Amino acid sequence: MKVERAKLSWLERLYIPSILNGFKVTMRHFFSWKRSGVYADKQSDYSAKTTMQYPEEKWPVPTGYRGAPYLVKDVDDNTKCVSCQLCEFVCPPKAIRITPPGQGGEVDREGAEKMPKEFEINMLRCIYCGFCQEVCPEEAIFLLKDYAITGENREELIYDKEKLLSLGGADERAYDHHVQDGVDEGIKKWEKKTQDAQNQPTFH
Amino acid sequence: MAAKDSKPAVETVTVKVDGRPVEVPRMTPNWEGKPEPTTVLQACKQAGIEIPHYCYHPKLPVSGNCRMCLVHVAMPGRPGPDGKPPMNEDGTPKVFPMQLPYEPQTPRGVIGCATGIIPGMEIYASSPETKEMREAVMESLLINHPLDCPICDQAGECKLQEYSYDHGQPESQFQEFKVHKPKAIDLGPRITLDAERCVLCTRCIRFTKDIAGDDALGIVNRGSYNEISTYPGEAFDNNYTLNTVDICPVGALTSNDFRFQMRVWFLKETKSLCTGCGTGCNTTIGSRENKMYRYEPRQNDAVNSDWMCDSGRLDYKWIGREDRLAKLKGPKGVSTWPSALKAISDHLAGVEKGTVAIVASARQTNEELFLLSRLAKHLGATTDSVARKGKADHLLLAEDRNCNTTGAQLAGITTKRVGSKLSSIAKEISAGKVKTLIVFGEDVTKHGIDAKLLKKVTLIVSDILPSATTKAADYLLPGCAHAEKRGTFTNVKGRVQKFMKALEPPGDALPEWEVLHELVHNVTGLDEFRSIEGLFNCMAGEVKAFKDAELTWAGLGDLGANVKL
Repeated sequence: MKVERAKLSWLERLYIPSILNGFKVTMRHFFSWKRSGVYADKQSDYSAKTTMQYPEEKWPVPTGYRGAPYLVKDVDDNTKCVSCQLCEFVCPPKAIRITPPGQGGEVDREGAEKMPKEFEINMLRCIYCGFCQEVCPEEAIFLLKDYAITGENREELIYDKEKLLSLGGADERAYDHHVQDGVDEGIKKWEKKTQDAQNQPTFH
Repeated sequence: MAAKDSKPAVETVTVKVDGRPVEVPRMTPNWEGKPEPTTVLQACKQAGIEIPHYCYHPKLPVSGNCRMCLVHVAMPGRPGPDGKPPMNEDGTPKVFPMQLPYEPQTPRGVIGCATGIIPGMEIYASSPETKEMREAVMESLLINHPLDCPICDQAGECKLQEYSYDHGQPESQFQEFKVHKPKAIDLGPRITLDAERCVLCTRCIRFTKDIAGDDALGIVNRGSYNEISTYPGEAFDNNYTLNTVDICPVGALTSNDFRFQMRVWFLKETKSLCTGCGTGCNTTIGSRENKMYRYEPRQNDAVNSDWMCDSGRLDYKWIGREDRLAKLKGPKGVSTWPSALKAISDHLAGVEKGTVAIVASARQTNEELFLLSRLAKHLGATTDSVARKGKADHLLLAEDRNCNTTGAQLAGITTKRVGSKLSSIAKEISAGKVKTLIVFGEDVTKHGIDAKLLKKVTLIVSDILPSATTKAADYLLPGCAHAEKRGTFTNVKGRVQKFMKALEPPGDALPEWEVLHELVHNVTGLDEFRSIEGLFNCMAGEVKAFKDAELTWAGLGDLGANVKL
């Protein structure tokens, strides 16, 4: 099928009016005193609409955004993951790989029984589905707000346990907060259980 | 079927399970094989209805302590003064649902594992009353359970988890503090106990007392503080301790070897055999991504029942060893299978009759030994194997620590006195009579043919681990562990059993039967089969004992078949 080109008038064929119209839009933005929506939440003193300094500055993401999955710690800086490998099992692209500790594996504190020897997430494989977060019985893995994960080579993008724990940091979303004398002390994994055990009378 | 018909008629009893009449034998063999009245649980099983249970195990004495198998039943009435049982108005026998004596509105359950059936009994295996009883028992068992499934090794094969899904309540009503018991107790060198997870079913106690014959375990402390324990200062250390881990319905007893190694739902299960001794216990290999994680016994009442010994169970680490032979070696220019097989075939085709000796291993499969005997017959070779003896025990462990001595004898590789010809082979080598030595899976330097003698012959060796013999080999053919190939073993009692492939062999390694097949084909012209099934059937047609038993690969099934020795 042959499409007929629209016939331009003499004025249109000059192009000068179009150029002037475009320039008008640019100048309107340039002299605008309205605050930019990009920085609305940052309370910054940018008073005019500007280009955002990406990637130094990043777009704020909405609540519920599924970014990169990281391992979180409780408020006492303890690893929460117990290496149950459910996330590894459920992960659709098989991005997660956990090495269980084996008998006598190291743990980072007294009273903890099991934690992963190695925990790797291949960020190139991850599809940000959030199944790992959903399945985790210990609430140890969360999809945080990081996006645009970049690196110089593939190996660099396989995040190991140390990296995932440091990126995840202490998590505030887990429900198991330790409340003492009405003061919320954050999540203290197993602390309540240990206290119960110490308080109980034993009839040996 | 014909054999079944000739048996005397079995006395049967008709009971109703969920309103359906079921005819079951009046007597059923108990754990010792002695006939005992069929129980409610067994009758339901025959009717295709599973009654949940923890403490009941078909191979252990009944103790009836977990109460999980509670079912509501109705009994026929006792005959009245007229000698007739009470009848309904329509003329059918009247049954009386069991109820508490002083609370007729409350149904009373009986434990299915220890209640014998009587004619006319009605079993309400899935009635609301029964369901309520199960829920109550589940709740009671879970009161002090730590619910640490994410950590627990049993998760995925845990009866507590399964029944909690099937018969449990969604939420616990328990408001008080849970009792905490010690965790990760060293019960013995191979067992770790988590007392909190234990439901005190006493399966482990009964097993070790009645099956293993070592009364090592018991329950100590009172009430909620009950826990499994050994005598203070004594270790739970007999050769059958790891079976308690298998029969433990929860994660209380865990194997140190498997503890925190891999979650069970990742494991691929392959039917296999234990190679630790001549008993040939049936096993299941649990492997993931070409790594073997554990052996578990597989039920075969003709061989090992439900059990296997610890020494056999832990005898698998060599399969994944770092120093496994993975590289084919030969003289210059021979570095691939086609070139090596051609060179060896040409060499064997050119040798004089009687100048070859073969030392096979009684740990090789029947098929490989058969092919070797074919080769030996053609070459007029002297053959023998190496004997391994140990101490037999009262249960499973056999004196013969080779897993296929019987197979080697049936194939004609060795005589009743295994290894008796090794010294004459050594003599013939030093005399210069034997010029080619073929060794499969044995280190002959430890059995009278030392490294000096090995230099005098053309040495063809197939093995899976390095040894002084493999070092001296002119042709080194890397082989496979039993977990990496298929085949059959014949145990000391003459039971031929097959095993399946669970893992991929490392590097160049190939199943020995494939290599031997090629060699025997090139040398003798044997060309009757392409697969292991064909090879087995070919062998079954030639080895007398197998021929008499009319063995076929398919006919072996999972449990094997007996041959007359």
